Amino acid sequence: MSLTKQQVQHVATLARLKLEDSEVADVVGKLSRIVDFVDQLQAADTDDVVPMAHPLNMSQRLRADEVSEPNQRDIAQRNASSTAKGYYLVPKVLE
Amino acid sequence: MTSASAGGPLHQRTLAELADGLGKGEFSSRELTGALLARIEGHGETLNAFITVTAEGAMLQADRADKARANGDAGPLNGLPIVHKDLFCTKDVLTTCGSKMLQDFVSPYDAAVVERLSQAGAVMLAKTNMDEFAMGSSNETSFFGPVGNPWDTRLSPGGSSGGSAAAVAARLLPAATGTDTGGSIRQPAALTGTVGLKPTYGRVSRFGMVAFASSLDQAGVITRSAEDAAMLLGVMAGIDPRDSTCVDHPVPDYVAGLQKSVAGLKIGVVRQHFDEGLDAQCAQRVRDSLAALEHVGAKLVEIDLPNIGLSVPTYYVVAPAECSSNMSRFDGVRFGHRCDDPEDLFDLYSRTRGEGFGAEVKRRIMTGTYVLSAGYYDAYYLKAQKVRQLISRDFKDAFANVDVIAGPTTPTAAFAIGEKTDDPITMYLNDIYTIGANLAGLPGISVPCGFVDGLPVGLQLVGPHFAEETVLSCAHQYQLLTDWHTQGPENFA
Repeated sequence: MSLTKQQVQHVATLARLKLEDSEVADVVGKLSRIVDFVDQLQAADTDDVVPMAHPLNMSQRLRADEVSEPNQRDIAQRNASSTAKGYYLVPKVLE
Repeated sequence: MTSASAGGPLHQRTLAELADGLGKGEFSSRELTGALLARIEGHGETLNAFITVTAEGAMLQADRADKARANGDAGPLNGLPIVHKDLFCTKDVLTTCGSKMLQDFVSPYDAAVVERLSQAGAVMLAKTNMDEFAMGSSNETSFFGPVGNPWDTRLSPGGSSGGSAAAVAARLLPAATGTDTGGSIRQPAALTGTVGLKPTYGRVSRFGMVAFASSLDQAGVITRSAEDAAMLLGVMAGIDPRDSTCVDHPVPDYVAGLQKSVAGLKIGVVRQHFDEGLDAQCAQRVRDSLAALEHVGAKLVEIDLPNIGLSVPTYYVVAPAECSSNMSRFDGVRFGHRCDDPEDLFDLYSRTRGEGFGAEVKRRIMTGTYVLSAGYYDAYYLKAQKVRQLISRDFKDAFANVDVIAGPTTPTAAFAIGEKTDDPITMYLNDIYTIGANLAGLPGISVPCGFVDGLPVGLQLVGPHFAEETVLSCAHQYQLLTDWHTQGPENFA
């Protein structure tokens, strides 16, 4: 199956990935090739098979909801490009 | 080719031999660390195996280790050298994941693996090059450029733990950490003539290990002997409350377990693994190694894994799906690259990600987003999770009759840099024999089993869940019978 340029642009929007015009043709070609390849799965008989949600088929271990660490915001924020008064800054969301 | 001996130059020695020398006071950790840093300086750039060299920190850790030994307070890995794949977070040291996105990222904490090894006394010398976010099988997707294979620097060392494998193969370090999501430890180990161990899913904590596909990722090691892998696993394995998928399962003495003979061990040989995709000479090396194990009492049993042929397509739905969710954290807000002058929030996200990620990472995010999107979820993602269950069930059935499964690690020996970059599927098929163990969460190891036209070939051993002891002892017993693992590339003697 060949994906269209429009489909690829839609997926890129969902993924919040800006593709340069020069990249689009390559992505269309390679993504179509990957989708064709994984289409082999359709031939497998999986009636009554429970989908695998964990590689050991185990359930998630839970812990008590307790504070385990002090707040380290100052250290964490050293990696951010734009902060003020302990907040992370982003372009204006509400007018 | 050159052979190592216990009394040879420090860089030729295994971790176990170095531990012995340090224990006897033959040399200090400062001397050892200095000697290896000099080798890294000389050869590291030729191979492009490292992203960051932590010379200063290493000397401090070495001095601390020497002091601890003098005080009778030496940990199990006291003063021994290690390098970490650059996706293990290291406090106050860059952790780039081989990506432009994280080229300036400094983690505020150590990954559990780094922490445990350090507490045991290990000395970190560098962070190794890798495929971007571990997405690749050749180390060519790294923002910091490809790594050369020490056996022929025009060839790829494999990936994604390519820098770790190249460094160990070139005798720059006796041991490196790596991660394995679809073969990223075992495949580069095979292509560089080193030992690569991927433990059971949940055996080692993933805390502080930057996630690619969370149900497949597992931390492990690349070494030159199974014995060294056992030494390291004993320190790395065990419960960690900070990783909810880390399993509370007893950690045996892996080094003691190595002595177990293979007499009576039932080794399953998968018929499908010797199909037309496998290079004839590689197949011969693997058959020879199986014959060697049979000669000392192992029993070879032909087995079928009926659905194993679907493992690569299953993986290339499941892994990209998980990747697309994991990579959503890179939004230009809290850490990592941020585009200049964003117009609005959408522009901030999409331009930051468009600029920060390389082509293969984008492809996997796109594939994952597609298979999870409305209208395709059932047909691809859910279907793949069902086939994954079938593949896993095949392994379970096989392990009812055999103790370990053996076969080739890769379909061919090392390939040229640039040879497989045009077609993603050609690259993906490199991991055809390794992906099954990730899908089923099983432990696996690759050990050197000979050469094809001067290039190393790997034998893969896969065991049931938490049977690292069996996998390691079988590998160790094989290494007692052979000397492939002691042969290194001539240009890095």
